[in-house]
Amino acid sequence: MRRAYRELQGLFAVYKPPGVHWKRVRDTIETRLIQDLRSLDRPPQPEQVRFLLGSGEGQDPSELTLTATNVPVLAEHPLVKGPPFPHLKVGVGAHLDLPSSGVLILGVGSGNQLLQRLKSQHLSKEYIVQGVFGKATDDFSDTGRLVEKTTFDHVTLCSLEKIIAMIDGTHRKALLTYAGIDLHSQEAYEQAVAGLLRPSHKTTPLITGIRCVHFDPPHFTLEVQSLNETQQYLRKVVHEIGLELRSSAVCGQVRRTRDGPFTQHDALLHSHWDLDKVRAAVAEAGPRVWAALRCARDVQPGERRESVRATNTESAEHT
Amino acid sequence: MASVFYQLCHRYLFIRTCGFLITFHKTRVYQRTTQVAQLSIPSSGRSNANFWLVARSWRLPARRYTSSGDKVQPADEENAPKHLLPFEKQFQQIAQLSLQDCELPAKHPLENITEDEAVQINAEPPLPACSNTLKHYVEQSETLRQLVLLGVDLSKLEQRPNVGNMLIRLDFEKDIKEKLLFLKEVGVLENQLGPFLTKNPFILTENLEDLQIRVSYLKSKKFTNTAIARIISKAPYLLNFNVERIDNRLGFYQKELGLSKQKTMNLVTRLPRLLTGSLEPVKENLKVYEIEFGFHKNEIQHIISMVPKVLTANKKKITGIFDYVHNTMGVPHHMICRFPQVLNCKLLRIKERHLFLKYLERAQYDPSLPNYVSLDRLATLTDEVFCREIALATVKDFEIFQKTL
Repeated sequence: MRRAYRELQGLFAVYKPPGVHWKRVRDTIETRLIQDLRSLDRPPQPEQVRFLLGSGEGQDPSELTLTATNVPVLAEHPLVKGPPFPHLKVGVGAHLDLPSSGVLILGVGSGNQLLQRLKSQHLSKEYIVQGVFGKATDDFSDTGRLVEKTTFDHVTLCSLEKIIAMIDGTHRKALLTYAGIDLHSQEAYEQAVAGLLRPSHKTTPLITGIRCVHFDPPHFTLEVQSLNETQQYLRKVVHEIGLELRSSAVCGQVRRTRDGPFTQHDALLHSHWDLDKVRAAVAEAGPRVWAALRCARDVQPGERRESVRATNTESAEHT
Repeated sequence: MASVFYQLCHRYLFIRTCGFLITFHKTRVYQRTTQVAQLSIPSSGRSNANFWLVARSWRLPARRYTSSGDKVQPADEENAPKHLLPFEKQFQQIAQLSLQDCELPAKHPLENITEDEAVQINAEPPLPACSNTLKHYVEQSETLRQLVLLGVDLSKLEQRPNVGNMLIRLDFEKDIKEKLLFLKEVGVLENQLGPFLTKNPFILTENLEDLQIRVSYLKSKKFTNTAIARIISKAPYLLNFNVERIDNRLGFYQKELGLSKQKTMNLVTRLPRLLTGSLEPVKENLKVYEIEFGFHKNEIQHIISMVPKVLTANKKKITGIFDYVHNTMGVPHHMICRFPQVLNCKLLRIKERHLFLKYLERAQYDPSLPNYVSLDRLATLTDEVFCREIALATVKDFEIFQKTL
């Protein structure tokens, strides 16, 4: 039981289903882990030696004898003391709001400190955002109150990509400003090429990369790579894209596919939220998390995750 | 959890070393023997080795000082004042007797005493005057010890207000034993007595005659003995209600649901906590079914007789499930009425499975058309069986699909 608890300490990712609050995800995982830990073998109950006064067997009743007996300490019994692990420290990384889904990083025990360190690394997150042309609602999502309806026949892939490039450009400029180095220097160029250009403190939402992966009017899908964003901000971006194209758009689904070093592939589905799977996930994610904390380099937009993993392990070998 | 073996159960008497002289005429023989294991504490339902404990309590006779050195006599406990805890009564008796009969001056603490007197000294630390846990008292209190050996969860009970105080002040032999025997007689199983008392410790303060009247009332209503045993095990608070209250509740269910007497009794036997739970949520749920969902009276009766739990379900949850199943999946009322288990299921599960079937173009819930998928199989089957038989895909595909939602 103690070994299992030790092996749990660390970070792992879960796939948050849509329509479930992130706090409920955290509470469910905590309850499941505690339940599974309590079902494991426990250490034996402590005993104490008591010297008891009384008449021994086969002796004169008025004669007193001292007998040493091994008696379990009743105050240490689980029904008196309570079951082990009354609570477990499970922390959450970047939040996901109610309608969104995707990778949610959780930390157990001493892994919670790693969460804070990972946050200060300012690694980017990737989202798949689905939009629908023709409608505008009050909260920019497809379940909100309808505000206006427009036509979208004039919207083409070319015009959409123009707008996206414009957004990309504005945000890249902002990123350069927040990076805090002189734009006209060689050093800035080298850092930008190497992907080390990241803000050192908390900033407004920044989109480091955005592209259209699917265009089938009125539906379209964008892949967004960003820093310090919220899901409602991404819905607003979709709404603004609609406005720029002289139409209107609402956001259907916001799904996080990557959060720092954790991808969708590593995230645990809700049917796998038990002790063994979480232990395995923590063990598997350990080296990657340490590499991400050591390496200052983030994933460039368009770069595949596997190549970054390769470079991370290389840099880990060198250090 | 491994079951714990008690080697002995003893009653300790505390002999205060203040001011009285104890003399013995016989020599003492010191032996070091370990006693054979006789008892086991029932574990929380997992292991099969649950059996009654046999408590062997050895009474130490209280030593009364007499100058002639007569044979010692056991103290009598009947005249002890009632407001003291049971094990503190003995303290007071000894103190009173010794003060009355003391003829020699009190001994100095640093004076030499014989081996026999030293053996008699039992210097346990004093009990704390007040504590927020029962574990400080459990070693010394016979009542608490017996409750732990029964399987009562003291760690849960001590968190409830006033229950800890009540339990300490009870006497196992006088109060608790007769109630436990009564519960056994009614039909509560031995290994269920611990969990029963954990849920309802206040049954120990009820009058035995009142409890017997309530059980005889249930018998007069033509509940069978097995039904009564099940009702009392599953709804521990029922025997704390007076006869009028139980009668009112049975009448409420009969009137509101419009079922026959036999059917109401079957319903209550299946879900006894309907009788002890609050009635307001049940009334609200019935209104929701009638007005918001639009079920007919006979449909509601059918749903409740198949799945009684929907009466006490969360209103938001069943509204969400019904909304999704009826409006998004397009299942009509009579189909939901045929498979009411779907209202008891998790919304997320139904959503994921429906979307998967929709993606595979197998989402067909009309029995008259081919490739029909029944709602209960959709809601209740495990993932492997669902994927294999209904979706005709692998579990891996289902997981990949779930990560695209």
